[in-house]
Amino acid sequence: MTDALYQELILDHNRKPKNFREMEHADHQLLGHNPLCGDQLTLWLKMDGDRIADVSFKGQGCAISKASASMMTSAVKGKSREEAEAMFNRFHDLVTGKLAESDAKDLGSLRAFGGVSKFPLRVKCASLAWHTLHSALHGEGKTVSTENEGPADMLEGA
Amino acid sequence: MSEKALVNRKDFPLLAKNPDLHYLDSAATSQKPKAVLDAMVAYYENDNANPHRGAYELSARATERYHQARERIAKFVGVADSACLIFVRGTTEALNLVSWTWAKSNVREGDEIVVTGMEHHANFVPWQQVAIERKATLKIARVTDHGAIDMDDLRRLVTPRTRLLAFPHVSNALGTINPVTEIVTLAKSVGAVTVCDGAQAVPHLPVNFDAMGVDFYAFSGHKMLGPMGAGALIGRRETLEKMPPYQTGGDMISVVEDQRSTWNVLPHKFEAGTPNVADAVGLAAACDYLDAIGMDRIREHEIDLMTYAMKEMASVRGVTLFGPEDVKQRSGVVSFTLEGVHPHDIATILDQNGVCVRAGHHCAQPLMRRMHVPATARASVYVYSTRDDIDALVKGVERVNEIFG
Repeated sequence: MTDALYQELILDHNRKPKNFREMEHADHQLLGHNPLCGDQLTLWLKMDGDRIADVSFKGQGCAISKASASMMTSAVKGKSREEAEAMFNRFHDLVTGKLAESDAKDLGSLRAFGGVSKFPLRVKCASLAWHTLHSALHGEGKTVSTENEGPADMLEGA
Repeated sequence: MSEKALVNRKDFPLLAKNPDLHYLDSAATSQKPKAVLDAMVAYYENDNANPHRGAYELSARATERYHQARERIAKFVGVADSACLIFVRGTTEALNLVSWTWAKSNVREGDEIVVTGMEHHANFVPWQQVAIERKATLKIARVTDHGAIDMDDLRRLVTPRTRLLAFPHVSNALGTINPVTEIVTLAKSVGAVTVCDGAQAVPHLPVNFDAMGVDFYAFSGHKMLGPMGAGALIGRRETLEKMPPYQTGGDMISVVEDQRSTWNVLPHKFEAGTPNVADAVGLAAACDYLDAIGMDRIREHEIDLMTYAMKEMASVRGVTLFGPEDVKQRSGVVSFTLEGVHPHDIATILDQNGVCVRAGHHCAQPLMRRMHVPATARASVYVYSTRDDIDALVKGVERVNEIFG
């Protein structure tokens, strides 16, 4: 079952993440944070009117969160705000099991995250970058947390 | 020696039902023996009534069960005056009790509170908040590279202005056993009150509160085979008697007039509302179970398992172990990282191999910063753990290496 989660594509993006860099003169810069495992990433956005002209990220986190951020940046570059949001909704449905992998052809390589739906604890890892993007697109300046993502009662304890 | 568990795994219904499970997260919570579960059911089936209230025999019996549980647990942790053992939900509530009552009425502006860099958040955030509220200074003693309290640094930090010194008996994230006597002597030399977090000590080491010299000691029942929801704060009678109450309401009062009230005697002054009798009874049964094995034997078993685990884990490519190298200074905890792999990924893959470990900051973010890691994976053992569990851990970590190349 781990193979379904740690697909080669995900492991590749974890090893060599795309758009893994800081950005000068960004229009938005936002910190995303997952308190459960300490995943933390900063997302930079440059807009061209309504379009995402450039997007990059840096940070530390598990393979799922890093690969997700990497693949997200590739997927949303050049997309409009609305297109990116729609993609997030589809992606979210995929990782929470509401959308079957076979019905998600429009998501392209992002379908590699279909396996996450069998690991409810990891949904927040896969969606951290997306939540951060969502907030950045809405012009929010605060830290984004995925604490409330996934099943309740899954926070850090002793 | 520890090829076999110290106990019959069949005593533990959850382990008996899951023979392939390698439960290595006992530092988070232990599994429960049937004897503990039975004791709780027996209380509800035979003796249940609201204690300290009813003028009938059944209520008297419930009161008696509750009292006996307190005496039993007090004996287990070396408290002669059992009224000084106050039942709370667990370590967190015990420490909050001290911060809301003793600290807020004794810490003043300009005072200093000293903690260590290896605290669980439960023994850190309450003091940080007291310091903010009282305009006191919070000082944090350095942790060495080997995961011990830097005693030289602690000696520098403790001054005549130090009102309170909080420290863990055993570190939850690293397993480090701290030198209680040395720390208490240091605190006493400046008249500071000591608060010791015993959550990771009472389940694994013989503990004698009366001999230790600390002013407050806190522990949880659920990490020592008992149920969740029962733990204790132990204090010195003269200190507890001077403290204001924590919560007010039923049971904790003596006389309630229209405009004022007086408080009940210890321990009731700190136990407002209907007590958690069944969980106290369960915790007392856990003490019986542990004493039947013998705390010295439990310690030996864990030293043996740790010696084996650290040797085996060190041989795996990319593994970094944290905490003291000397197993004599370490409780049953192995905290580790794996090069190029985040602990959360380690835990997910181990889980697929039936191995339960903790991954994260272990409620010890200041310590993680000190160790320069965002998180670690933590395997922790107890009476039912065996070398077989360690072998499964090692095999699982090797599998992580395979997947991540």
